[in-house]
Amino acid sequence: MIIGWNSGPAPSLVLLLGLIAGWLGLGLAGLLRPHSVGFVARVIFPVGALVGLAVGLVGLGALRPGSLPQTLVLPLGLPDLPFHLRLDALAGFFVLLLGAAGMGISIFAAGYFRAGQGTAPGLLCLQYHVFLASMALVLLADDAYLFMVAWETMALSSYFLVTTQHRIPEIRRAGFLYLLIAHVGAIGILLSFGVLQGGSWRFTFDAMRGQTLGPAWASVAFLLALGGFGAKAGLVPMHVWLPEAHPAAPSPVSALMSGVMLKTAVYGFLRVSFDLLHAPQWWWGGVALAVGLGTGLFGAVFAAVQTDMKRLLAYSSIENVGLIFTAVGLGLLFQSFGLHLFAALALSAALIHALNHALFKSLLFLATGSVLHATGERNLGKLGGLIRRMPWVATVALVGTLAIAGLPPLNGFVSEWLLLQAFLSTPEIPQPFVNMLVPLGAAALALTVALAGYVMVKFYGVIFLGQPREPALAEAHPAGWLERIGLTWLALGCVVLGAFPRLLLDAAAPITASLVGATVRRGRFAWAIAPIAPERASYSGLLFLAGILGVVGFTFLAVRRIYHGRVRRTAPWDCGYPWQTPRMQDTAEGFGQPIRHIFGSAFRLERELPSPWDTAPRYRIHIEDRLWRLLYVPLGRAVQRLADAVAVVQGGRLAVYLLYAFLTLIGLLVFVL
Amino acid sequence: MSSLGVARQVGAVLLAIALAPLFMGWIAQCRAWLQNRSAPPLFLPWRMLRKLFWKDAALAEHASALFRATPYVLFGTMVLAAAIIPSVVLDLPFVLVADAIALVGLFATARVFIALAAMDIGTAFGTLGARREMMIGFLAEPALLMVFFNAFLISGSTALPTIAARLAAPPFVIYPSLAFAGIAFVMVLLAENARIPIDNPATHLELTMIHEAMVLEYSARHLALVEWASALKLFNYACIGFALFVPWGLASQHASPGTLLLAVVALVLKLALAGAALAVVETVSAKLRIFRAPEFLAMAFLLAVLGLLVHLLLGA
Repeated sequence: MIIGWNSGPAPSLVLLLGLIAGWLGLGLAGLLRPHSVGFVARVIFPVGALVGLAVGLVGLGALRPGSLPQTLVLPLGLPDLPFHLRLDALAGFFVLLLGAAGMGISIFAAGYFRAGQGTAPGLLCLQYHVFLASMALVLLADDAYLFMVAWETMALSSYFLVTTQHRIPEIRRAGFLYLLIAHVGAIGILLSFGVLQGGSWRFTFDAMRGQTLGPAWASVAFLLALGGFGAKAGLVPMHVWLPEAHPAAPSPVSALMSGVMLKTAVYGFLRVSFDLLHAPQWWWGGVALAVGLGTGLFGAVFAAVQTDMKRLLAYSSIENVGLIFTAVGLGLLFQSFGLHLFAALALSAALIHALNHALFKSLLFLATGSVLHATGERNLGKLGGLIRRMPWVATVALVGTLAIAGLPPLNGFVSEWLLLQAFLSTPEIPQPFVNMLVPLGAAALALTVALAGYVMVKFYGVIFLGQPREPALAEAHPAGWLERIGLTWLALGCVVLGAFPRLLLDAAAPITASLVGATVRRGRFAWAIAPIAPERASYSGLLFLAGILGVVGFTFLAVRRIYHGRVRRTAPWDCGYPWQTPRMQDTAEGFGQPIRHIFGSAFRLERELPSPWDTAPRYRIHIEDRLWRLLYVPLGRAVQRLADAVAVVQGGRLAVYLLYAFLTLIGLLVFVL
Repeated sequence: MSSLGVARQVGAVLLAIALAPLFMGWIAQCRAWLQNRSAPPLFLPWRMLRKLFWKDAALAEHASALFRATPYVLFGTMVLAAAIIPSVVLDLPFVLVADAIALVGLFATARVFIALAAMDIGTAFGTLGARREMMIGFLAEPALLMVFFNAFLISGSTALPTIAARLAAPPFVIYPSLAFAGIAFVMVLLAENARIPIDNPATHLELTMIHEAMVLEYSARHLALVEWASALKLFNYACIGFALFVPWGLASQHASPGTLLLAVVALVLKLALAGAALAVVETVSAKLRIFRAPEFLAMAFLLAVLGLLVHLLLGA
């Protein structure tokens, strides 16, 4: 490969390109022995994980204080449109995210893939590594052309990964829906870039940064970007593909899509709204904030009523993406009013939540993969009691559960704390109308975060706790050691980043410095964060963890020392009722019942209740998104009608088509002359 | 962070651990008097704890490590919460570690753990209690957060000692927004501590209980820790209420031992009054049906949000 230098040496960028090429090479190597699971899983995936680690380290290097953006022009692409690449702090942060999550997922995948029907392992390996490489290229692209090429490669490779089990019709349907919405989104992004180049017809991001668009055109570009990237991120109402595609894919792929791919959309949105479009208008922030909050609440409510564990996690991803966009919207709002410090705070919250979500959501999707392998069951109503069969998976999943529920001292709490602190800064906004509305946003956010706790108790409690709901679960086997390594890596990330939130703020600092021109204050102490001022608010994950562990340990020792540790194992008490069976526990439907009751109008419910005389009573409940009937079905019908109307010209006779060509030519001639 | 400050902090936490069961005993006494029953002794909760600690623990045969660890985690979170809330002194070094938002997170951690432990044995009552507790929790948590946001708007801080100090500082001002927040806070307190309109601490009628349903499977030292933790939780909520709505009587940073003693006396007086008031509320109100509870908590949530809007509208 010939590399053209344009502005000095770019060692990290070249290294990163080498690693991306390494991923592609590994993918191709899978084709050498396409049907050998042993070769692909035990050789290629572990090496791919190491490449992921190196990618993450290079991304971390780009976040060092004082490191400058590196650029590179590759002599690839179209004659007049070479590929431009750039590694700056923003790209570096997401490269770090990709590498760190990708490492854990690849190690897990090495132990996960089995021979079976569907795509051959070698082909799967190629698709998987192309997917990884294309995500890295999306982050590094510095012109619209390369960005779109990488973006489409990412969409296509993930489409093939989603449809691994392509013999099942539902999975093909889910894949189609995903591809359709991905392309609608891509059109939005393409048009947004078209507006951003502002008549200069130069498609490098540098040229776009130099453009000053009028407020109307800038707003058009912003809204197109919000729609385009929102479709990929799963913002309401373009979320419908997410709960279909994520459960359809194999678990490592779901983890990669939910943990990393959704974040490329966040990256793209940040790139356009903060970097390419400078000078945001305040209502942009308001729109992003409103959409983000709506998405968050929607995702949390729907997650609470799911009965399929991967669908539940998919809805939870929608919720988390909503939170990230809420933070971004808040950042835009502050930035438009010139409140740079608070904009930096909100933006840090968005970035940190993106990284945290990549860790714990990947962890939980992988854990569902282990459960799926051990039991062959995805339906929550048929699981239970797995903490005793798979203690390792249950332990790391507990870490992920507590982290995603936003509980201190894990990492999920850090980003939620920062986001709430950002919301508390809204009284500074000079426009009275806006600062009256934002507390309502804070209330919606608080409700979403609390609901996430409900969802995660349901997820963990129904899968891992209680008694096994099916006799077959007694044969569930623990996860293999490669799977455990991958899971543990991600769980460690959750614990370490929760204990040292300062690391996260340090990582976000160069990005906020370049995008909004301010960094949050880090406070006096290395072990605590105080983003605005210490007397206003501060939090220390490490001491928090130490405090809890200290008190718990001291209590345990004291109780053991002073009293005895005698334990008698008996049957459960259950108010003295001896005929207790596992079927008397709450099912997933049962646990979601309060949510159905409280948010009843949000769903379309179909219930089948048994009559008192049924000999084999059956209870079935089907919950549907109202948006299907309100938006997608009419939209689909309109497209169908339009297509039918156009189909009139499609007669199927060659002579008629030639006549069309002839008439078009005549028309063009008339137009030209 | 001075060593004197740390010593006072530890002293305040120990005082909380010691006073919490007495507070429970006092409420039970007041309730008995109001209901024309002969009152149980004030020290009954303490004697109960002692008895429970000496008993042999009976554990369901398939209980997991999570089930056994949860009582310690509950106790640990509530002790840590007592270190964040100013009950006697304002000078709390631990405030650098956690603010009011972290306190809400801490309560959420305790709630998630007790709900998970209740689901661990897999009995019908345990999961029923867990589901109801999480339902109450997800509605009460945002309301509590909004109460703290109200206090933030006035004091410009989410650190509880700073909030209490700013609110207590002269001149005396009546904040209309705090009135809304106060009503919301009392409603949250009742719901989160399994008190009467939402849950009945004295009931063992299976279909109506929430907290009791979750701890049915615990016995002996585990039950003792769970009960102690819930007493501490009520004590903590009471102290949050004092810090936000009657912030007077807390010893400042450089208080002499005499002032400290005075602050302890003030705390005991406040607890006595609050306990009596709680007993009155519990005696005059009837328990709500479980599905009226969301309405009750939604009202608390909306009142707190209304407080925010009132503050921004009036600018005070």
